[in-house]
Amino acid sequence: MTLVTKPNIPDTDGFYAELLAAHQGLTEAESQALNARLILILANHVGNRGALTEALTLAAKTGAWGQPPATPRDI
Amino acid sequence: MPYDYKRFPYRRAKGLDAPEPRHSCVIVGAGPIGLALALDLAGRGRRVTVLDDNDVVSVGSRAICWSKRSLEILDRLGVGERCVAKGVTWKVGRTFHRDNEIFSFDLQPESGHKMPAFVNLQQYYVEEYLAEAALASPLIDLRFKNRVDVVTVEGDHVRIGVETPEGDYTLDTTYLVACDGSRSPVRKMLGLDFAGELFEEHFLIADIEMEADFPSERRFWFEPTFHPGQSALLHKQPDNIYRIDLQLGWDADPEAEKKPEKVVPRIEKVVGHRDFRLDWVSVYTFQCRRLERFVHGPVIFAGDSAHVVSPFGARGGNSGLEDVAALGWRLAAVLEGRSAPRLLGAYDRERAFGADENLLNSSRSSRFMTPAPGAERLFRDAVLALASEIDFARPMANSGRLSKPCVYPLEAPDDPRLPPASRPGAVAPDAPQGKGWLGDALGSGVTLMAVGTEPPKTGLRALQAEVNEALAARYLGDATRALYLIRPDQVVAARWVEATAEEIETAEAALWEEPR
Repeated sequence: MTLVTKPNIPDTDGFYAELLAAHQGLTEAESQALNARLILILANHVGNRGALTEALTLAAKTGAWGQPPATPRDI
Repeated sequence: MPYDYKRFPYRRAKGLDAPEPRHSCVIVGAGPIGLALALDLAGRGRRVTVLDDNDVVSVGSRAICWSKRSLEILDRLGVGERCVAKGVTWKVGRTFHRDNEIFSFDLQPESGHKMPAFVNLQQYYVEEYLAEAALASPLIDLRFKNRVDVVTVEGDHVRIGVETPEGDYTLDTTYLVACDGSRSPVRKMLGLDFAGELFEEHFLIADIEMEADFPSERRFWFEPTFHPGQSALLHKQPDNIYRIDLQLGWDADPEAEKKPEKVVPRIEKVVGHRDFRLDWVSVYTFQCRRLERFVHGPVIFAGDSAHVVSPFGARGGNSGLEDVAALGWRLAAVLEGRSAPRLLGAYDRERAFGADENLLNSSRSSRFMTPAPGAERLFRDAVLALASEIDFARPMANSGRLSKPCVYPLEAPDDPRLPPASRPGAVAPDAPQGKGWLGDALGSGVTLMAVGTEPPKTGLRALQAEVNEALAARYLGDATRALYLIRPDQVVAARWVEATAEEIETAEAALWEEPR
């Protein structure tokens, strides 16, 4: 596992506030475009191909929490 | 001057008057791939018959970008120098977003190769040169206006029903090679599945003749101001012909878009004036498809009949010529009884590998150029927005990754001290040799090339290479001597820093799939 999954950002709350501030006043579409640019910029900074694949996999499989519960038919 | 489409000579087929003895090899289709294969086989002493339903070269420029590898193959077949002399040589590609250049590439940054990175030349010229060479060969029986309308596999051979202006006849052949294009009638007659992806985006191709001084470069625009929201591509060809390729959107009406009253104003916006002549116009969509297997018993597929891709990487005609190179020497060996038919399995494996690489590159470029709504569009636009300002995003702007020969995955002797450019499976890189070139010295047979050492005594044709700067960089790297076994298609088969005659002969036998 090359992807860092333990807390790694100093001043977590400060970063989170900065992330929200970057989206302040943007339309939904502008926000999405900003996120897309941000992902590409960060991905280039990471560079490590294995870590990027792990990040993509992790993002795809997380996020179930908070979704409507699966109905029996889905299972 | 518009191209002068001359008719090739039609001759009455022998089969119309008496049954013909069984042929050993019949090629269906006298396009660039069928003709090149006929010349390759004839160059190896094989007799071959070529059937074509037409008697002129292809109408319209069609395939125009011929890669270095293709030019090397055409050179071995005797028409490469003619193609370079007539064609427009280029190596630099520039990609623009709106009106800013965001990315450029140089496809041949180093010198010391006989052939340039790319030559733009209308397909009709390449076909003309190949057809002239084929007509001059006593081993090639080139039959125009001979349309294949029935193909049946009869155990160990193929029966072909042929229609001519003077009636029908039947031919039997041990091998049939279908080089009959993307709509391959032979493929349809055999009921073979052509699986893959269809892209719905429409593109306009227009060849125009005009006096202009555009540089010899490939230029590609995303969302240019002269064609808002879509893409555009410009290529220079000989005879003052320019290829303009414009994205039209998925909902364009192909028939309406072909009409001069629609085309001329679009072109005027690209070139800034009306002082041009429309030479050829076509509206197309493209597909990325391949046959699952290229060899079906005695029926073999090569070129577009076996695989099709989008045009943006120049991977159509070029991959077809790579098929020819990989097939010619093997089929010749099978036809002369040197190798068992299973040798053709190696053609299938290698070219399926090549086709997959082309399909992968082509689908990725297509996705970038014609993104689906939603996330695909979002990231495409993000890349273009970043590319105007920041270095890292520039190479991500994908306007087509231009054709390079794949490196075949060979399990063959290798030495890590030798440079990657000439590893087994790669095309042997060219280099100057005396007043000539390595490619010419290698020729069309198996060669044992010795670099900085004496070749061990084997039954093989040996070549003592002249060690100069380019050759040392491409074949020695950190080593001081090396031995290279090079295949008849000028692909590196194996290499050593030191080897015994027996090791070399074992590697050579493996080429023909002969147990040793």
